[in-house]
Amino acid sequence: MADSKVVDPRPLSPHLQIYRPLINMVMSIVHRITGVALYFGTLLLAWWLVAAAQGPKYFQFVSDVFGSLPGKVVLFGYTWALMHHMFGGIRHLIWDTGRGFDLTTVDRMSWASIVASVLSTALIWFAAYGLR
Amino acid sequence: MSTRLPPTPSPTQAILRTPLGRVRGLGSAKEGTDHFWKQRITGVANIMLVTAAICILVSLIGADYATVRKTLQKPAVAILLLMLVLAGMMHMRLGMQTVIEDYVHSEGSKVVLLMLNTFFTIGIGLTCVFAVFKLSFGA
Ligand code: HEM
Repeated sequence: MADSKVVDPRPLSPHLQIYRPLINMVMSIVHRITGVALYFGTLLLAWWLVAAAQGPKYFQFVSDVFGSLPGKVVLFGYTWALMHHMFGGIRHLIWDTGRGFDLTTVDRMSWASIVASVLSTALIWFAAYGLR
Repeated sequence: MSTRLPPTPSPTQAILRTPLGRVRGLGSAKEGTDHFWKQRITGVANIMLVTAAICILVSLIGADYATVRKTLQKPAVAILLLMLVLAGMMHMRLGMQTVIEDYVHSEGSKVVLLMLNTFFTIGIGLTCVFAVFKLSFGA
C-alpha cells in the first residue's frame, strides 16, 4: 500500500493549517493541553500534601516556594487551566446528552467557557489574596 | 452449486437479537463504551470534588502549620481529599491514555508510554493517599 503509485493524483482534503482557526477548534486543543498540564500539575498537590504530612519545617519550605513570585505564577496558571478544563468539560457533558450541536450554540458555549474560566480564576485569587 | 451464503436470519432471530446483545463485548478494544463512560463519571465527580477542594485550599492560604494540619485531619476534609485523588487519578489516567493513543503510533513506544501512564497515576495517587492517612492517623 505504502509504495503503490498514485496514477491519477486526486485532490486531498486540506489539513488543519488551511482553515481559519475557529473558536471551537481552539477550545478543543486547549482542553487537551490543559488536561495534560493538570496531569503533571498533580505533582504540586502531591508535594503539598506530603509536605503537610512531613512536619512544620518542610511545610514552611514548600509554602515559601509556592508563595514566591514564580510559584504564584505557576499556581495562577494551574488555577486557570483547571477552570478552563472544568468549564470545557461541562460543555462536553452537555454535548454528551445530544444537545448543543448547532453552530451558534457551539460558538456560544466556547465563549461562555472562556469567560467563566477567567472570571472564576479571578474570583478564586481574589478570595485567596484580595480578602485579607 | 453457487457460493454458500450465510443463513438468512429469520424474523424471530432478528427480534431476539437485542441491540445490547449485538454490541456486548465488541469494539476494537473489546471494552465497548467503558473508557468513555468512566471518563464522564469521573469528570462529573471532579466538578464537585475540585470545587470543594478549592474552597478548602483558599481558606488555608496564609494559615500556619497547626491550622493546616488540623483542617486536613478533619474526617470530612480527609475523605473529600481521598475521593478527589481517586476520581482524579482514574480520570487523568484515562485522559492521558487517549492522548497517547492519538499521537503515538509505533506499537512499542505506545505500550511503554501506556505503562508509564499507569505507573505515574498510581504513584501520584497513592502518594497523596499516604500523606492524607499519615496526617489523620500518623504520629
Ligand atoms: C474539574 C472537572 C473536570 C471535568 C468536568 C473534566 C472533564 C473532562 C472531559 C469531559 C474529558 C473528555 C474530553 C473529550 O472526550 O475530548 C476530559 C479529558 C481529560 N481530562 Fe478532564 N475534567 C476535569 C478535571 C480534570 C483534572 C483535574 C485532570 C488532571 C489531573 C484532567 C485531565 C484530563 C485529561 C488528561 C484529559 C484528556 C484530554 C484529551 O483527550 O484531549 N481533567 N476531561
